[in-house]
Amino acid sequence: METLELTKDRIKQFLSEGKRFDGRKVDEFREIKIETGVSKKAEGSARVKLGKTEVIVGIKMDVSEPYPDSQDSGNLMVTAELLPLSSSRFENGPPRIEAIELGRITDRGIRESKFIDLKRLCIKEGEKVWTIFVDIYSINDDGNLMDAAAIGALIALKDAKIPKFDEKTEKVVYGEWTKDKLPLKKVNDIPIQCTIHKIGDKLIVDPNREEEDTSETRVTMSISNGNVIHSMQKGEQKELTVQEFNNVLDLAEKNYKNLIPKLEKYLK
Amino acid sequence: MLKEKFKQEWEQDKMAKENFKRASGRKVDELRPMSAKVGVVPNADGSAMFSFGDTIAIAAVYGPKEMHPQHSQNPQSGELRCTYNMLSFSVTERIRPGVSRRSQEISKITEWALKPIVMIEDYPSTVVDVHINILQADASTRCAGINAAALALAHAGIPMKNLVSSVSIGKLDKQLVVDVDKNEEDWEEGEGATDIPITMTPDGKITHIQLDGKISTKELKEAVELAREATKKIYEVQKQALKEEFK
Repeated sequence: METLELTKDRIKQFLSEGKRFDGRKVDEFREIKIETGVSKKAEGSARVKLGKTEVIVGIKMDVSEPYPDSQDSGNLMVTAELLPLSSSRFENGPPRIEAIELGRITDRGIRESKFIDLKRLCIKEGEKVWTIFVDIYSINDDGNLMDAAAIGALIALKDAKIPKFDEKTEKVVYGEWTKDKLPLKKVNDIPIQCTIHKIGDKLIVDPNREEEDTSETRVTMSISNGNVIHSMQKGEQKELTVQEFNNVLDLAEKNYKNLIPKLEKYLK
Repeated sequence: MLKEKFKQEWEQDKMAKENFKRASGRKVDELRPMSAKVGVVPNADGSAMFSFGDTIAIAAVYGPKEMHPQHSQNPQSGELRCTYNMLSFSVTERIRPGVSRRSQEISKITEWALKPIVMIEDYPSTVVDVHINILQADASTRCAGINAAALALAHAGIPMKNLVSSVSIGKLDKQLVVDVDKNEEDWEEGEGATDIPITMTPDGKITHIQLDGKISTKELKEAVELAREATKKIYEVQKQALKEEFK
């Protein structure tokens, strides 16, 4: 359902006093619930809930040829699908810009931070490398699918085991796994994604559906080590002053500190 | 001891920055030679070419015209619709013609970069189409595209609050540089290359920013300041191109 203009005005009015409909502070995330091993057939999987927002992320792996520009590295493919089951707003058909952007932003957060050591996923240089498919599906959209997807991707990758590879037939033995985990970065170097939204002249994190509809500007970034940014994208229609942009960065650093203790357990 | 170590590191950094040379011989805050021209597509309501060195973009504007398909019409406001496309021969290795996920995303980003300045609220149910094509690519193509698009919109007489100017700030290892070219984009030494395309209005508001790589929040703030200065120079080139046309 569309959010009414009346509701949007009310959200802005509330926020101008620093208040949100659900009683959260501007810099407060909804409760994060995480579950791994959602699908037995996947190499790794995770379910992430931010309040009522829910995504499922699954990892599959295959052996294929490397890309021409990275002969000695594994491949990473991140795609997102906004399932019609998750909201009356989504329809069947080829992915639209929302899904494309969601997949690409998540992809860059992982890729640019070098969270996965793709070099170690090379089987034979120039011929055979592992390809990791990170597939994101929305299950219920109550805002901030962006950050939910990114968290889901990290945890599903952490959960993943590399499948068996038969060197004689040069094929993946599906359904059988080695004990090896993916070569991933450790705690401080893990990129945590954070999207800051500007509503009226206030900045908030983790918007619900109505707040996200009210938001006129957002900046998504992935951060490691407290203040190192690996990827960033500004979205939506309104501009930001340099001062506001600096405030966005400050809030993002603060948000990183808030999220780390909540995710630490799953990222060890 | 610790203090001495920091001092040493700081001095090394300083030395590295002073000795930093760009392969192109440009100064760190020097843009490639720019050129801009409006009216390059006579059929269009407005059009423009913009180039940074070997990166060349052309943009054409059609509209405001009735929005099709009809269900996309917005009875409350006109819509801006951008399409970014690279010609198949614009890069070393031919790219498959047609839309890709990358081009769709850049199209949307371009739309958002331009939206704050165009005033098409008073043209309900219409669309302003902006077609951007990259003829030759040597990095910063989306920036060149946005610069050309802003000019083409102005040339088409679309009501606008202002122009926007776009530039790509790079961080090569530890050094910030203005207007990244392909050679620099592929920088691999030290911390590698960080690419930060930024679009700003002449009064210094950010309408678009993206980032790929690795950079601290402090350095990013510096990068925005560099973009501010660079976009002022780009704005002058754009303004000049418009003046030429309406002389």
